[in-house]
Amino acid sequence: MTAVKQVENNLWLDSWRKFKRDRSAVFGLVVVSIITFAVVFAPWLYTTPIDKIDFLASAAPPSGEHLFGTDSLGQDQLARILQGGRVSLTVGVASMVVAIFLGTLVGAIAGFYGGIVDGVLMRITDLFLALPQLPLLLLIVYLFRESMRQLAGAELGVFILIVLLIGGLNWMSVARLVRANFLKLREMEFVSAARAIGAKPVRLIWIHLFPNVLSVIIVAATLSVGNAIITESTLSFLGLGFPPDVPTWGRMLFEAKDYLESSPHMAIFPGLAIFLTVLSINYIGDGLRDAFDPKQ
Amino acid sequence: MRQFLIKRLLVTIPTLLAISIIIFAILALAPGDPLGEFATNPAITPEVRENIRKSLGLDQPGYIRYVKWFAAFIRGDMGYSFNSRSPVAELLWQRLPTTLLIVGTAYILGLLIAFPLGIISAVKRYSATDQIITTIAFLGFSIPPFFTGLLFIIIFSVQLGWFPFIFNSTLQITDWQSFVAQVRQSIMPISVLALYHAAILMRFIRSAVLDELKQEYVTTALSKGLSKFAVIKNHVLRNALIPVVTLIALDIPAIFTGALVTEQVFRVPGIGALLIDSIYRSDTPVVMAITFIYAILIVLFNLIADVVYAVLDPRVKY
Repeated sequence: MTAVKQVENNLWLDSWRKFKRDRSAVFGLVVVSIITFAVVFAPWLYTTPIDKIDFLASAAPPSGEHLFGTDSLGQDQLARILQGGRVSLTVGVASMVVAIFLGTLVGAIAGFYGGIVDGVLMRITDLFLALPQLPLLLLIVYLFRESMRQLAGAELGVFILIVLLIGGLNWMSVARLVRANFLKLREMEFVSAARAIGAKPVRLIWIHLFPNVLSVIIVAATLSVGNAIITESTLSFLGLGFPPDVPTWGRMLFEAKDYLESSPHMAIFPGLAIFLTVLSINYIGDGLRDAFDPKQ
Repeated sequence: MRQFLIKRLLVTIPTLLAISIIIFAILALAPGDPLGEFATNPAITPEVRENIRKSLGLDQPGYIRYVKWFAAFIRGDMGYSFNSRSPVAELLWQRLPTTLLIVGTAYILGLLIAFPLGIISAVKRYSATDQIITTIAFLGFSIPPFFTGLLFIIIFSVQLGWFPFIFNSTLQITDWQSFVAQVRQSIMPISVLALYHAAILMRFIRSAVLDELKQEYVTTALSKGLSKFAVIKNHVLRNALIPVVTLIALDIPAIFTGALVTEQVFRVPGIGALLIDSIYRSDTPVVMAITFIYAILIVLFNLIADVVYAVLDPRVKY
């Protein structure tokens, strides 16, 4: 029993050692940690209110008082970016959880049972891959926003809707990956051995097969956070995301696009926030992929 | 080959049917009345409202409306826009060429950039050149296209004044001068999309070429005395294209998503911009037709990718 534990430890330690050597991955991890820290502790670190309207200082460029400048209503941009980061990161992580949950479930069932079940589930996966994602997303958010608002409140309702939608339209690649790995793994001897001593399907899936695809899932999960952040920003940028009083990075860009001539800083800072976050997450994902790859 | 084509075409029909049912169901299940804006208008009596509903066929059950809608759609009749009262098909035909032109040009340009760079960075793996190219590609696909678009406007329109800020949709190409103006205003939207796709494609091409370079037939060809260039041109490239085509096919929805956003940034009068406007105006027939047109485009380009795949890889059975 102890031997098994040690091997497992070494696998994760090995990966961590490889990950540490990857400079861009470490850069990504550091940046994401800083952004997460700043966003989580923002209310204590930076106390400027996000909605203090000051027309005398409207669309002011960066200065000592407003480090990132102000928007068209004179609201402090840095405070809004920090608040927007809370929304964007939460949406990113929550959508990832939805996508990974659906993808793993579909992929595991399809790969484990094979046959007709696999055929049907994979046809559904193909169908979802052929859906026009963004138009559909826009359509559903537009149509159901009002009723979700009544159901769960202005902010929470839209949040639930967006998270479920982004997650519900992004599970397909995970399902395919998990299925492909399950198909390969279920023919291996350790699975036959477990089956021979009477392990039930649920146990086979979760105890024997799942840990072997965990590294694949972790990589996919990391990359899907970045994807979800971009999708949420796109929705907000098109004016169909959160309500106007909730500052998100995409929403700030949406408002900034009418002031590009006079005050480009309004677009640059939120844009950079999206870019840096997504870039760092992608670097982490890439680094993890290499670190988990036993061939390297 | 013809048999393969027919078989592939037949498979797309249930896909399109399923997608159309999904879109229709979403609209049918949605709360709120497509005639909501009339409800607040005191000049319209309930009887008139009911008559409008009847004339639009909204009093019938969902499945009948679906069958009617689908039958009409196949005949090219997509109904009338609530907003402009003109046929949806007419609106779409005005807009579709712009979208396809921009997407097509951008994609070809992206391929032209991505191919040489991807091959160079695979052949010179781990060199400084490779690192620079892969880093730029990484940055390129981590920037969402709408931010690149805004940056381009700030840099090239506002600061440098090279290109017009907003796409002039009323511009008619009549002479050389208006042609130049058309090209000038198309440069920014096309290059935003092209750079985005080039970044994605470059990574696909690099890893596909890397996988092929490891193969033994490459060693054989090199030891026969073929030059590296000849080996890559004649042997590696064709094999490397096979996985690239698969990945491109998976990426097709993202292509149209990128185009939709870019159209909105530069106010290019394509179907993406029309979709957003129609959503704001609750113009249900237009929204539905465009969403379905996007689905058709995605399925169509997937079909093309499949055919290209079959042409490239003789192991695929027709």
